[in-house]
Amino acid sequence: MTEKTDITLTVNGRDFAVTVEPRRTLADTIRDDCGQTGTHIGCEHGVCGACTVLLDGEPVRSCLMFAVQAEGREIRTVEGLAADGALSPLQQAFIDNHALQCGFCTPGFLMLATGVLERDPDIGEDELREVLSSNLCRCTGYQNIVKAVKSAAATMKAGR
Amino acid sequence: MSDRAMGRIGESVTRLEDPPLVTGRGRFAGDINLAHQLHMRLLRSPVAHGRIKTVDVEAARAMPGVYAVWTFDDIRDVPPIDFREGRIEKYEPFRQYILARDRVRYVGEPVAAVFAADPYAAEDAADAILAEFEELPAITDGADAPGAFDDAGHRTEADIVTQGYGDVEKAFAKAAHVIEREFVVGRHSGVPLETRGAIGHYDAAHDVLELHGAAKVPHRNREALARMFGRPLNAVHLFESHVGGGFGVRGELYPEDVLVCAAALRFGRPVKWIEDRMEHLLATNHSRQQRHRIRAAVDADGRLLAIDDTFFHDQGAYIRTHGARVITMTCGILPGPYKVADYRATGHFRLTNKTPAATYRSPGRFESTFVRERLMDAIADELGIGRLELRRRNAVGPEDMPYALPLVVLGDDVEYDNGDYVGLLDKALDHVGWDALQADLQRRRAAGEAVGAGVAMFVEKSGLGPSDGAKVTVDPSGAVELITGGASIGQGFETCMAQICADALGVDYRKVRVVHGQTNRIEFGIGAHASRATVMTGSATNEAALLVRAKALDVASDLLQAPADTLDIQDGVVFRKDNPDGPSVGLGEIATQLLPTRKTLGGREPGLMAEGWFHSDHQTYPFGCHIAVVKVDRETGHVGVERYVIAYDIGRAVNPMLVEGQISGGFAQGLGGALYEEFVYDERGQPQSVTFADYLLPTAREVPDIELLLREDAPSPRNPLGIKGAGEAGVTGVGAAIASAIDDALQMPGAVTQLPVTPQRLKVLLDGARD
Repeated sequence: MTEKTDITLTVNGRDFAVTVEPRRTLADTIRDDCGQTGTHIGCEHGVCGACTVLLDGEPVRSCLMFAVQAEGREIRTVEGLAADGALSPLQQAFIDNHALQCGFCTPGFLMLATGVLERDPDIGEDELREVLSSNLCRCTGYQNIVKAVKSAAATMKAGR
Repeated sequence: MSDRAMGRIGESVTRLEDPPLVTGRGRFAGDINLAHQLHMRLLRSPVAHGRIKTVDVEAARAMPGVYAVWTFDDIRDVPPIDFREGRIEKYEPFRQYILARDRVRYVGEPVAAVFAADPYAAEDAADAILAEFEELPAITDGADAPGAFDDAGHRTEADIVTQGYGDVEKAFAKAAHVIEREFVVGRHSGVPLETRGAIGHYDAAHDVLELHGAAKVPHRNREALARMFGRPLNAVHLFESHVGGGFGVRGELYPEDVLVCAAALRFGRPVKWIEDRMEHLLATNHSRQQRHRIRAAVDADGRLLAIDDTFFHDQGAYIRTHGARVITMTCGILPGPYKVADYRATGHFRLTNKTPAATYRSPGRFESTFVRERLMDAIADELGIGRLELRRRNAVGPEDMPYALPLVVLGDDVEYDNGDYVGLLDKALDHVGWDALQADLQRRRAAGEAVGAGVAMFVEKSGLGPSDGAKVTVDPSGAVELITGGASIGQGFETCMAQICADALGVDYRKVRVVHGQTNRIEFGIGAHASRATVMTGSATNEAALLVRAKALDVASDLLQAPADTLDIQDGVVFRKDNPDGPSVGLGEIATQLLPTRKTLGGREPGLMAEGWFHSDHQTYPFGCHIAVVKVDRETGHVGVERYVIAYDIGRAVNPMLVEGQISGGFAQGLGGALYEEFVYDERGQPQSVTFADYLLPTAREVPDIELLLREDAPSPRNPLGIKGAGEAGVTGVGAAIASAIDDALQMPGAVTQLPVTPQRLKVLLDGARD
C-alpha cells in the first residue's frame, strides 16, 4: 500500500514528475505534490465538486481518482484558465455577477462550467441548472452562478 | 475629476476579494504549509455515551512516520475550553476537554491524537489505536427526562433560562381564546464548503505561539488560548487567511485548535490539521434543535395578550464557547415584530449525547420566527381572522418606536430602533401582487394542484456593541491601508470596509488594502459574527477615515494656501472646491510631508494616519418579511418553491449587490433547514447523517432565484452612516414562510409543525389526512 510509484502528471500543459503511493488521490497530488492549491477538497466523497478538474476536457472529481490513473492524461485546473494574465470570460463573469462569496467552491464551478461550455456553448437554462446542480455552493444561493455562466456563454459566443 | 465608480457607499462595485479567488491563488487553511510540519489525525468516539476502558496506542506509536500519539493523560495540564465571554461558573462542569477524559459523550468526540509526518500515515496510525468503551445509555432527545451528566452529580439539564415580563397567568385567565401548539425545529447547521483547518506553530526565536487558519473571532480566541496556556497576550498570535464560509460554526475555538497549539508548543514543530467532511458533520457545531410548547392568550379581536413558551433546547454533549447564547437569544427575540402585553419564555438547556450545538446564522431567530409565525397562523385560523390581518393588528407600529422591551439579546437590552413593519409588509404584498396571486392559486387548486403561499414577518438584530476600532494609514505612494480587527468569512468584508473608508477619505476603493484577522496588527477586534462587522467595524472605519481626511486637509491647506473647509478630496487628490481644475495635491504627497523627518510636519504628529473608534449602546434592528409560493407533489411529498420574495429594510446598503448576495445565500441555507437538512440520530445516538448523501445541502436545482425588495426607508439612528446588518435576513423567515405556504397548498391549516418538512414527513401528513 505504501510503496511509491514514479509518475508524470500533465497539469495545465506542464509536466510534474511526482512519486506517489498508488492510493494517493489525484486531488491531493495536484495540491500537495504539484503545488496547484487552487483545486479544493470539500468532501472527499464526490458530492460537493470543489475538486472538479478537467481531464481530457471532461469535468471529473479529482477526489475520486487516484493520481496514478491520471498519468498521460491532460489535466486542467483553475490555475490554467487565465491566459497571459487575462481572465477567461467565465472568470470575469464570476466577478462581474458576484457569483462567489467565500470562493472555496469557485474553482470547482469554474472548471465544471468551462467543461460544459466548451462541449455545449448553446446549452439551455434548464440543462445548465441541472449540470450546475452537480456541485455545491454554500454561500451564494446559486442564482449569481447561473447568471454568470449564462453571461459568459453569451460573451464567448459573441467572440466566436 | 473622474466619474468612474469610486466605490462610494451605495455603489454595487465588484469585490476586491475576487481576483485571487477566481484564479486559484486563494490561501485557505489547507493551502498553508510550514516547514517540518506534522499532521494531526484524531481517533474519535464511535459510541454516543460510554466510559473509556482502554486506549492502547502502542501499535500506532510504532508505525512508520508517527511522531507521537496523545491521549488525555498527555494533555492533563490543558484546561477544558472556556466560554468566549469568560467564566460562567454554573456551566463550567459541562465544558469539553480537548481529548475525552474518562467518558465519551457523543460520536465524534476526540479520544486520541496522532501526529505523523504525512496525513495518510497519521490516518493509518489512528486506525491502529485499540480503544474500548463501556457503552452507557444515551440521551438523544432534549425533551426527554434529564439524566446524570457525570459521576459528580451534575444533571443533563444544565440550566433553565427564563425571560419575560408582566403577569402571564393573569392574562391567560382573562383571555377570550387560548391557542396552544407544539413546534419542532430540526438539528442542522452551517456546514461551510471548506472544512475546518488549523496550523499551530511555535516561533521559538520570539517565544510566540501562532495559530494559522483562524476565522471569525481571532482576537477572542487569542484571549482564550493565552489563558489556557498561561501565556501573555503578546505571546500568542492568530492569523486568518481565506475562509471558506463561516455561518457561525467556523472559527469558534474547538478542541482541535487547542490540540495543534499544544502540540506545536511541546514538539517545537508546526502541526497541521485539516478536518475531513465526515469529521465535520460529527465534530463541528450543530445548531437549531428545539421543541417548543407555546400558548397564546388573545382577546376576541385576536390581539396578543400574552405568550407563554416552554421549550427544550437540545444542546448536545457539551457547552462550548457560546455558553447559553442561543437559548437566551431565543427567549429574547421570540416576540419579534408584535406587541405582546405579557410574555414568558422558559428554556430548558439540556445536554444530550449528540454533537455539541451552538450558533448558526440567525441563531435563535430562525427557530423563534418559525415558532412565532406558526403560532400567528394558528391564532388566525382558529379565530377566523386573515393571516395578514392578524399580523397587522398586532404589529409594532412606527409610532411605537423606539420600542423597548424588558428582554435581553446578547447581553443588550432590547430596543427596536425604528421602522414601519406593516408598511414593509404592504410593499412586499404589492410587489408580489398578492390579490392576483391568491386568485391564481385558488384557480390552480380548484384544478387539482397543491399550490399555496405563506408569509412570515421578523425582526433581526445586528451591530452589537459596545466598541470597535480601526486604523487608516496613507503611505507616500498614496496607497491606503485600513487595519481592522474584523474577519472575512467570504461575506465581502474587505470590499465593504474599503468602500466606507474610500467614501469618507475621498479615494478609489481599489486603493484601500483591508487588513483583518491578524492579531499582530491591531490590539482589539470583534471579528465577524452576529452581523456586527458592517455596523461596528464599518462605523469605526468611517471615524478613522474622517480623521485622516481632516489631517490631510489641514496639511493641504498649508500647501494650497486655502482654508481647509474650502477644499475637497476626490480620487486621492485634494483640490479647491471653487477651482477643481486648479492647483491640487495628492494624498501621497501629503503623507510625504508628514514623514517624521520632514520640517513640514510643524507641530503635527507624524504620518497621514489615524485610529478611529465607534461606541454603541444598543444594537440596530433591521426587519423584513418573506413570502413563499410553493407547489407540493402529493405523490412524492416533494415541495417545490415557485416564487420567493424577501422584503428587507437594511437602513442603508453599503453595496447593494453584496447585500443581495448575502440574502440569496441566506435564503438557500434557510431552505435547507426548512426542507432538506437534518442531523438524524438513531436511538443509540448513532449519527445517520455523516455524508453529503445523507445530509442534503440544497443544489442549484432546488434553490430558485429570489426576488429581493431591498429598502432603505429606516436608516438606523444608532450610527452615523445609518447602517444595519445584512448577514442573516435571508435565513430568518424561511422555515416559517415555507411552512405556512405548505399548509396553504394542502389546505390543511396548521399541518406543518416540524422542520425540516422532508418528503417522508409530508407523506405522513398527507396519508394521515387521507385516513
